[in-house]
Formats: sequence, structure tokens, C-alpha cells
Amino acid sequence: MSIHMLSRRKFIRNTGALAASAGLMASTSEVAMAAGVTLGIVYVGPRDDFGWNQAHAVAAKALQSSGVKIIEEENVPETDACAKSMESMVNLDGAQIVLGTSFGYFSPFMVDLAKKYPKVEFRHAAPLWDASKHPMNLGSYFGYLNQAHYVDGVAAGLSTKSNKLGFVAAKPISSVLSNINSFLLGARKTNPNAIVQVIFTGDWSLPVREAEAVNALVDAGCDVITCHVDGPKVVIETAEKRGVKTCGHNASQAPLAPKGFITGAEYKWITIYKGYADKLAKGEKLPNMVAGGYDTDMVQNTPYGAGASDAARKAADAAIADLKAKKPIYVGPLKDNKGKIVIDKAYDNYDPYLDQMDYLLEGVVGSIT
Amino acid sequence: MTEASGFVEVASAETFRRDMSIRLRRSAEYICIPLLALTMSALLFSVFLLAIGKSPVEFFQLVARGGFGTAFSIQNTLQRAAPLILTGLAVAIPARIGLIMIGGEGALVLGGFASAAIAIPMIDHVPPIPTLLVMAIAGAATGALWVGLAGALRHYRGVNETISTLLLTYIGIAIMNFFVEGSLRDLTNPNKPSTKPIGDAYMIGKIPGTDVHWGLAIGIVLAIALQILMTRTTFGFAARVTGGNARAALAQGLPVGRLIVICTSIAGVCAGLAGFFEVAAIQGRANASLAAGYGFTGILVSFLARHNPIAIIFVAILFGGIVASGGLIQRRMDLPDATVLLLQGLTFVVLLVSETLYGRFEIFKVKTNGERT
Repeated sequence: MSIHMLSRRKFIRNTGALAASAGLMASTSEVAMAAGVTLGIVYVGPRDDFGWNQAHAVAAKALQSSGVKIIEEENVPETDACAKSMESMVNLDGAQIVLGTSFGYFSPFMVDLAKKYPKVEFRHAAPLWDASKHPMNLGSYFGYLNQAHYVDGVAAGLSTKSNKLGFVAAKPISSVLSNINSFLLGARKTNPNAIVQVIFTGDWSLPVREAEAVNALVDAGCDVITCHVDGPKVVIETAEKRGVKTCGHNASQAPLAPKGFITGAEYKWITIYKGYADKLAKGEKLPNMVAGGYDTDMVQNTPYGAGASDAARKAADAAIADLKAKKPIYVGPLKDNKGKIVIDKAYDNYDPYLDQMDYLLEGVVGSIT
Repeated sequence: MTEASGFVEVASAETFRRDMSIRLRRSAEYICIPLLALTMSALLFSVFLLAIGKSPVEFFQLVARGGFGTAFSIQNTLQRAAPLILTGLAVAIPARIGLIMIGGEGALVLGGFASAAIAIPMIDHVPPIPTLLVMAIAGAATGALWVGLAGALRHYRGVNETISTLLLTYIGIAIMNFFVEGSLRDLTNPNKPSTKPIGDAYMIGKIPGTDVHWGLAIGIVLAIALQILMTRTTFGFAARVTGGNARAALAQGLPVGRLIVICTSIAGVCAGLAGFFEVAAIQGRANASLAAGYGFTGILVSFLARHNPIAIIFVAILFGGIVASGGLIQRRMDLPDATVLLLQGLTFVVLLVSETLYGRFEIFKVKTNGERT
């Protein structure tokens, strides 16, 4: 299981997470000076999965062109194999920083490695690092992908004829719910009649169920499909076959849907990785916590595909500009789909309250229990 | 393996020499043919590498360096070999009695789960050493029960053991998931369902001076003990007779049912212990990561070792080395992860083909009084 998210509470509680990432950002705008740095990165699945792992691999590849030596390993299970792979990168390849991109790598493996190799930096792609418990050469990084899902929603709202949008989701945990709700709010911004129908498959990677879910949603009248699963390949391909439009997730799925692809919610790990490499090259201390969204260039949307109309493109561009200007997505009063007011005021996009989301907003058809 | 010395009655110097010669020639055959097969698969793989424009020399240099070249590499290899010895034994022992059981994965997962589950109420109340002992017993017993069940089904109900062990594996993993995602779930770890961690104080630790956990030592000891059991005791003899011809064994009055259940239970003990070590030495808790495929790789290891417990130690280490160097190969040669799988698969096929070579080389044949044995 390559994911990841869970509550970002701890994340934010740690002092200056966002401040730190802002600092990191500042350094990335400078000229590439990361040459000579060796960065190791470990993936739980294949590098070309059209999903979570690919998003990281794309960033690693991009970093390579700026002179950083990248050493990668794919399909590394969440056992001591991952510890050994990372240790091998340190011992045999001289990696100065090792990135672990799967949830289960963190404890005990990366925690132990960080203790064993105090001079090497270890960073993990989920908000698990805790200053009171974990070594200082270990840390976490994360992106607020819900902002890009919001942009997806804005474009999707203008792309639907039936006003029904379909969402294939893995598990009803807060990060997934936040993506669904943000997608709805985006769609409602351009199309007040839009509703989002959600189907939970129950796990991060269940290709057969995902295909069934897409078919069920299309049969129910949905004409735009998006998802939050590990590898969206099956969802996007099935939807394209059914002749409906799609929005992607995690990495670019544009090549999978030449006709119906609108845009997709993507991480922009390169911002974070380049920040690490630049700081290492300068001999500066790396931040332990990095997190952000559009305003810090840590998420992005896939370039528009054939499914995006001019109006949708314009609206989505405007939504991106709003997010860069830190305009809030969640503006109350908003009810959940059982009628209870859950958002009473405007919340900042990084408000810890939003990280505890355990509801679907009114307008989402589906149940988390 | 039949014992050529079985018929030697007079311990004269002459028969002794002949006996030794037979043994040596047979051992030489058992060593030379697999070596030949390994060389062949390396050659075939080199052709593949050349075809995709990569250097075979660099590849095998990296295997040597990543698997065995440095102190770190050797420990990396040994650590990866540790579970494979145990899961290899879990296939080898039933194979000696004529059963192809491929359910080591399920027994490993349930054994690991049982040891993690039994530890939960003991943490902070019972000192680490007795706790670990109880955990090991729970893991071994659960494995024994699980694989022994398939053995009993085989003998008493005629259920095909290969199919039943494979299916029981999925049931085993589902049982663990049921508890790990349900009543035994550690709620402080919301994203990855796991049991409560046993805590650092209760971890079994490494073999002193190395980075390798105790599973390796236990695996080697068990392999040696099982080799003695299978070749030097009446139990082992009876088991091998049953493996050779179960009907004949029954006719001889051997307790075939009991032998089968005991052998399969021993297999379960090995796999269950592998699970115990995954929990007590590595993960510190039971979760889906227990099903990492060691049980299935063990099948390959055992077949390559021709179900010989001692050979399993070496084959497991060879496999550990190939897997350990897999990362380096990915990193240095920009080859996909599947490259190493390809090498493993190729080796397996070539070794199976090489089985047909036994008895075909004049040099290994033993002539006694003009007759061939």
C-alpha cells in the first residue's frame, strides 16, 4: 500500500511547517546548483504506474537533468527490504539524502536508519515525523492535492451535460474525503446544479472493483469521472472506453484518454526535491517538515486534454490564480450530506480543522459508513 | 537420495574404499550438475542482456558486489536469506514425503500474526525473554496447525495438498486482515492497519556484531537438524519410504497418516517461525507487510535445492544475494526491477531441465563388479 495521507494534524502542529516550506521554496528559484548531490529514492510499485509512484519518478527524473545524481529502486516492499535498499544506497552509492515514498517505510525502517546514519538525511512522503519522537535528520513532506482536485472540479462543472460527476475513491479517510469535497466545491463554483456521486472501493489498489465502479457510475448517468486510488490507469481507461470525460489523479493520465481527458490533480514533487538538493549542495540544514499547495507550487494540474472546453480552461486557470492568491476553498456555511452544518465560516486552505474531515458535503451522493 | 552404503555388510578396506568412491561420485554429480545449470542460465541471461544492449560483465560484477562484495552486502544478503531458509524448509520436508505443499506464505502470515497477537497482553507485564519464547511457540504452533491441517486433509480426506495449501494461504491472509483491521487494530496508526507494536524492548535483536537477525541462525540450525532427522533416523527413513511409494509404505505397516501429519506440521513450524521473526525481529507488529512473498520464494528455493535441507541454506543465500544486488542493478544499469525476476525464472527453468541430466554422464557412474548402480 503506497499511501500516505491520513490526518495532517500532527503535520501542522509541528512548528513552522509551512514557514519552512516557504523557505525551501525561496531556494528553488535560484539557479540550479545542486550538482554533485546524490539523492536516493525508493518506490513501492513500478515507476510507470500512471499514479503515485510515477508522480515521484517524474520528479526524480526532472531533478537528474539539473545535475543531481539520482539513484532509484522500484517495487520495494514495506519490509526490511526497504531498509536494506536505502542502506545500500547510502553504503554503496554514497547517497546524501534518501526519500521513502511509501507509507509503511517510515516506522520502524526509516526511523532506525536515521538513527544509524546521523549524517545522511531521510525524508518520507507522509506527515508522520514528530519532533518529540524522531531524529532530526529525518522528516516528512507532503502536498495538499485537494487544491488541484478543486481545480479539476471547476473544469468538470463546465464539462458535464448531466450535471452528475462520478468519483471512484479508495477509503473513506480524511485526505480522500477532502479531495472529494474539494472536487464538489470546484464543480459547484461553475455549475451550481452539479452533484458528485462517489463509490468507495475499500482499498488502494483494486483494479477490477475500480472498473466496476466506473461502469456503475456511467450507467447512473455520470459523464465526468475522476478518482482517488493508487493507480488511476484502470479508472481513466474504462471511462474513456465508455465515452465519458475524465479528470486524473496523482500523475498525468493524459495519454490514457486522448478524447475525454480534461485535466488532473497532480503533485509537484519536483519543487520539494529540488529544494532538498539545492539546500544540500549549499550545505544548509534541510527542513524537517515541508507541506504546501498551489501557493507554494507543490501541486499542479495536468495540461488540459481534448476533453477540456475553452470555457473550462478559462475557469480552471482562474481557479488556479485564486488558489495561488490563497483564496479559501471552504467557505461556510456548508452542510454535510446529512444536513448538519460542518463548515461554519471561511477556513484557510491549510486550517488543521479541514484535516480532520470525516464527512461528505451536501451535493455528494454517497456514504462513508 | 538413496544411501548407497545400505548394503555394505563387511567393513573390509576394499568395500570401504568402494563405498567412499560411490559417495564421492554421487556428491560430485549433485554439485556439478546444478553448477552447470547455473552457468548455463548465466550464459542465457547474458545473451538477453546483450540483446538489449547492456553489458553482462557489468551485470555480474554488480551481482557480485551488491550481493557479496562488501561486508554490508554480505549482511544484506544474509538478512534476505534468513526467511527464505525457513520457508524453503517448509516446502522441502513435505516434499521428502511426496507432498508438494506451497502454502508457506499463509503459515508465515498466521504464525507472525499469532506471535504478535499473543504478545499484546504480555507487553509490560512479562519480561522480554519469556514473552519472546511464548511468541515463538505461538508462531510455530499456529504454523504447524495450519500446514498440518492440509496434511491431515490430504491423508484422511484425499484433498489435493498443493491446491489446499495454496487456497489456505489466501484464507490465512484474510484471517490476519480481519483481526488487524478489526478487533486487534492499533487505533493510533490509522492509515496502515496493524496490531499494537511490541516495542523496542521486546524485539529479538540482531546476532551480535552483525546486522542480521536471529532468524538466520535458527534457520541454519533447523536445516541441519532436519537433515539429520530425514537421513539419519528411522523416522526420516520411514518418511522417505512413504515419499517413494506411499502404498508400499502402507503395505509395510508404516504409519503413513501420522508421518504425513508430522512432516507437514514440521513444515508449518518452519514457516510459522519465519513469521515470528518477521514480527519479533523486523516489523515489531503484524500487518499486511507480513505477506511479502517469502513463502512463495521458498518454493523456488526448495526446488532448486532438490529439497535437501543443507542445500537450502546455500540456495537461500544465493537468492538473497541476487535480490540484494537487484537494487544496485536497478540503480547502476537503469534496468527495471523485473530483470532480477527474469534471472530467477530463467535459473529455475534451466535447473528443472538439468534434472534430466542425472545419470547421463559417464564420469559420475559407478562401476561395481561390472554392474552399474
